[in-house]
Amino acid sequence: MLKVSSISRTFGDRWVLDNVSFDVRPGRMTGFLGANGAGKTTTMRIILGVLAAHGGTVTWNGSEDLPSFGYMPEERGLYPKMKVAEQITWLGRLHGLDRGRAKSNTDELLEQLELTERAGDRLETLSLGNQQRVQIAAALVHDPEVLVLDEPFSGLDPIAVETVLDVLRKRAANGAPVLFSSHQLGLVERLCDDVVIISRGVITASGSRDELRRNFGTPRFELVVGSDAGWLRDDPGVAVVDLDGPRAVFELRDGHSDQRVLQAAMARGEVRSFTPLVPTLGEIFKEAV
Amino acid sequence: MTGFAAATRLVAEREIGVLVRTKGFWIGYAVTIIGLFAITVLPAVLDSGPPKVAAVGSDVATSLAGKDLDVRTVGDLATAQDLVRKEEVQAAIVRDPSPTGVRVIALYDPPRDVVTRLATAPPVDLLEAAAVSTGERQLVITVFALVFVLFAMGGAAIAQSTVTEKQTRIVEILVSTIPVRALLAGKIAAHTLLTLGQVVVLALVTPIAMRLGGQAQLLAVVQPALGWFIPFVVLGFVLLAGIWAVTGSLVSRQEDLGSSMGVVMILVMGPYILVQAFFDNAAALAVMSYVPFSAPVAMPVRMFAGQAHVWEALLSLGVLAGSVVVIVLLASRVYSGALLQTRGKVKLAKAWAHAD
Repeated sequence: MLKVSSISRTFGDRWVLDNVSFDVRPGRMTGFLGANGAGKTTTMRIILGVLAAHGGTVTWNGSEDLPSFGYMPEERGLYPKMKVAEQITWLGRLHGLDRGRAKSNTDELLEQLELTERAGDRLETLSLGNQQRVQIAAALVHDPEVLVLDEPFSGLDPIAVETVLDVLRKRAANGAPVLFSSHQLGLVERLCDDVVIISRGVITASGSRDELRRNFGTPRFELVVGSDAGWLRDDPGVAVVDLDGPRAVFELRDGHSDQRVLQAAMARGEVRSFTPLVPTLGEIFKEAV
Repeated sequence: MTGFAAATRLVAEREIGVLVRTKGFWIGYAVTIIGLFAITVLPAVLDSGPPKVAAVGSDVATSLAGKDLDVRTVGDLATAQDLVRKEEVQAAIVRDPSPTGVRVIALYDPPRDVVTRLATAPPVDLLEAAAVSTGERQLVITVFALVFVLFAMGGAAIAQSTVTEKQTRIVEILVSTIPVRALLAGKIAAHTLLTLGQVVVLALVTPIAMRLGGQAQLLAVVQPALGWFIPFVVLGFVLLAGIWAVTGSLVSRQEDLGSSMGVVMILVMGPYILVQAFFDNAAALAVMSYVPFSAPVAMPVRMFAGQAHVWEALLSLGVLAGSVVVIVLLASRVYSGALLQTRGKVKLAKAWAHAD
């Protein structure tokens, strides 16, 4: 497990990270959410050791010897004039693979990312989306123990998102912890096992996605009855959020029970549905930030 | 993780691979070699032998015997004048009652090389004869200085490669993978190796070019200096390579490179200009032959001119090597401090303080 403990960092006299702690667990995709400038990239750079922390530690399985990272920086970059396969192989060797292994890993990755045909082309001749895929290959070529990806999906078309996702899921399934930042909440919601939310340099929420959903936000319920649901407004234990004919969304006031509301509704006539509403990540995010 | 040595080697391998595939690299080198042949061989090719003259009358022709002139004897003045007008000869020479005994007839200007060949010069004894003439000396010094400037400017490729890495942000991946110093060391090693290769080839080609140009005598004097030139150029290159790398690391875009190149340009061009200006001033040259930035040109020039002993060259080489170590260490600190700052231009002091 990759453990980030109490990391702080200043730039000049400005605190960018304040006591940041969270875990990235093996075999799980951890989404790292935060507004622009919240400290995502700084945190990632500190995890990688590119930037020094002003306090706090990053440990891997309890040790300060860090694992090999597969890193994809937010502002993408590879050598524009180098050929795709040559470049990936070179990066693999730079990470310590021997030439043969680097080459076979490269071929395999390019195939998975559907780039085999472009292997001999110079990077700059590829479309932006394809360059992005090459960037993923660059992060994965050395079979890293931990993946740290800064906005891996930005700039990808929906098909490319699926291709990349596939590759990343496989890595996670093989036991590599995957930390990736994103501001595409829908995507994170669909992908992540765990979520870490950072706001102005402070972690405001972290845990498994389902846990966060349970713990965050006031529980809401949706009630659909046979006739008009307007009577709910008169119930002192209920705060109606939204009312549209037979459909109402409400929260409970202190001490009131959802079952009592349901019984009251059944006493009045037909009840078509009664559902607890799970907050979306977007709602949690808004609340946490 | 890759070790320092392996990382350095990989970085160097890539740099060399990229550079030798650049057309500009080979074109620049070819131009240098062609230029070398041009200045050594062309004068011999263009030299058409002794000036041609027409002597009017066989007695004049006889009086010209032993002079370095290509004499053609004609019967009368009109024929001689005709040859001069057709520019088949440079001048016609006729008998004259003046003390010199002859008169020279030419077309537009007085033919100086004919006149000097006709003049009788008094014998000269030199107490300490110079092995080479001042003209030859100046030529050789110019060539040494020019070659060094060309290679020193080649260091700009290090700055460009550094900016490319910053501009494309691949530097983040590199820095998270290998030590920053390995990145710098690899770059310097690659470009130094290439420079060494080029200088050695040039040093091997120069004698050939000089022999072709019929300058065997000059070659005998130049050759030892040429041998000294190689270690001086290579060390001088490493010295500047560190500074080139810093130059690149301080900016974030190729377009801004020009703005940070001022210092390194002064360090490259300054010695070139100074050595040319003071090649006749032994004291100034002696000082310059110990200053690390001008030593690569000044010391081989002094060796060539016979002004310095071998121990002086070795001492200067030692001073140069010492400054290489210091400059590269300083450079690596600034380089690693500036490398990850990818916004605009980095102040030297900020990079030095590692104020990221």
